[in-house]
Amino acid sequence: MAVPLGTTGPDSAARVRWRLAEVAAVVDETPRVRSLFLTVPGWPGHRAGQHLDLRLTAEDGYRAQRSYSIASPPEDPRIALAVERIEDGEVSPYLAGEVRVGDKLELRGPIGGYFVWNAAAGGPLLLVAGGSGVAPLMAMLRHRAAARSDVPTTLLYSSRSFEEILFREELDRLAAADPSLRVVHALTRSQPEGWAGQRRRIDAEMLEEAAGLPLPEALAFVCGPTRLVENVAIDLLTLGYKAHRVKTERFGPSGS
Amino acid sequence: MTKDDADRRLDGNAAGGLLAEVFRVEMTTVETACAGCGARAPVGELLRYGHEMGAILRCATCDTAVIRVARTRDRHWLDLRGARVLRLDGTPL
Ligand SMILES: Cc1cc2nc3c(=O)[nH]c(=O)nc-3n(C[C@H](O)[C@H](O)[C@H](O)COP(=O)(O)OP(=O)(O)OC[C@H]3O[C@@H](n4cnc5c(N)ncnc54)[C@H](O)[C@@H]3O)c2cc1C
Ligand SMILES: [Zn+2]
Repeated sequence: MAVPLGTTGPDSAARVRWRLAEVAAVVDETPRVRSLFLTVPGWPGHRAGQHLDLRLTAEDGYRAQRSYSIASPPEDPRIALAVERIEDGEVSPYLAGEVRVGDKLELRGPIGGYFVWNAAAGGPLLLVAGGSGVAPLMAMLRHRAAARSDVPTTLLYSSRSFEEILFREELDRLAAADPSLRVVHALTRSQPEGWAGQRRRIDAEMLEEAAGLPLPEALAFVCGPTRLVENVAIDLLTLGYKAHRVKTERFGPSGS
Repeated sequence: MTKDDADRRLDGNAAGGLLAEVFRVEMTTVETACAGCGARAPVGELLRYGHEMGAILRCATCDTAVIRVARTRDRHWLDLRGARVLRLDGTPL
């Protein structure tokens, strides 16, 4: 194999290097999710859909490392993360609760050229999210808007309740301004009175209703808790999506 | 495999950071051929099972461990027995 193992070129060293980011702003988006806006000196730029690795070091040297998707589009100089607080989690309660403006965080990235979309990649585009899994898809939607792309796009987004819908107002605004973008919400645990959206977990019927049957060139991105992602991916193949046109990003157990 | 294991698996894409410690190209888009069943898939599409010291990337079709990476303080251990071939035409990092 023609890979010089153990050597790292200057480029690669620059890319995987751990960098010190500064927390520029924090915004509570929902009762359990907080956005962190980071300035990252030397950030090489990213593509919509990529993630980064973040690590925390305790005073005794103990380290915990986790991945977080980048929710901001490539067009924004600041990096935005949306971190959901998992009650008994090691890292997320700190990021989504304790972190203050001015704090420094160690991260490396951007990572993952596989789960990415840009306007030139076209569509039609089907984005399916569960919970904080909307983060990398938000980067795609924000990039799509910044690039003035009119690729026909549907976001099917599952949340537990109305209060837990992440980026709800921004999604409303984006969809209202853009006839080629559809946003469909599914609320799985509770629905406000008069709720006109979906009221159950995402299933094949809902996917078909939201996006119709796929055109040959249709592209799907599915992101969220591992179980949701796997169920949706199977449903999409059953509906006729091509396996290599369905990209998944599993976040792991949902913690509930 | 227990239900918990299935719940905790991630996409190979999530191993991009770990793989970038070893390889000089963007690995998540590199195509692999599984030594177990011959299935071709980009690394990003393999199934990542994390452990204390690194990760195992398994074939989504037959569960063969295509790539194993372990990391100690100052070295990496790379086991590619499950990869018949890696096509490294990925973009340089
Ligand atoms: C590519 C990628 C991108 C991600 N992007 C985001 C993002 O944008 N936003 C976000 O909020 N999260 C994201 N995640 C998830 C994130 O990396 C962390 O997993 C999450 O924040 C929980 O970390 P924690 O340390 O708080 O919890 P942990 O301490 O790791 O535990 C989390 C919960 O998982 C469950 N759990 C842990 N171990 C087990 C086990 N052995 N068996 C069964 N259940 C278990 C438990 O319920 C526990 O409460 C992403 C993950 C990946 C792989
Ligand atoms: Zn195989």
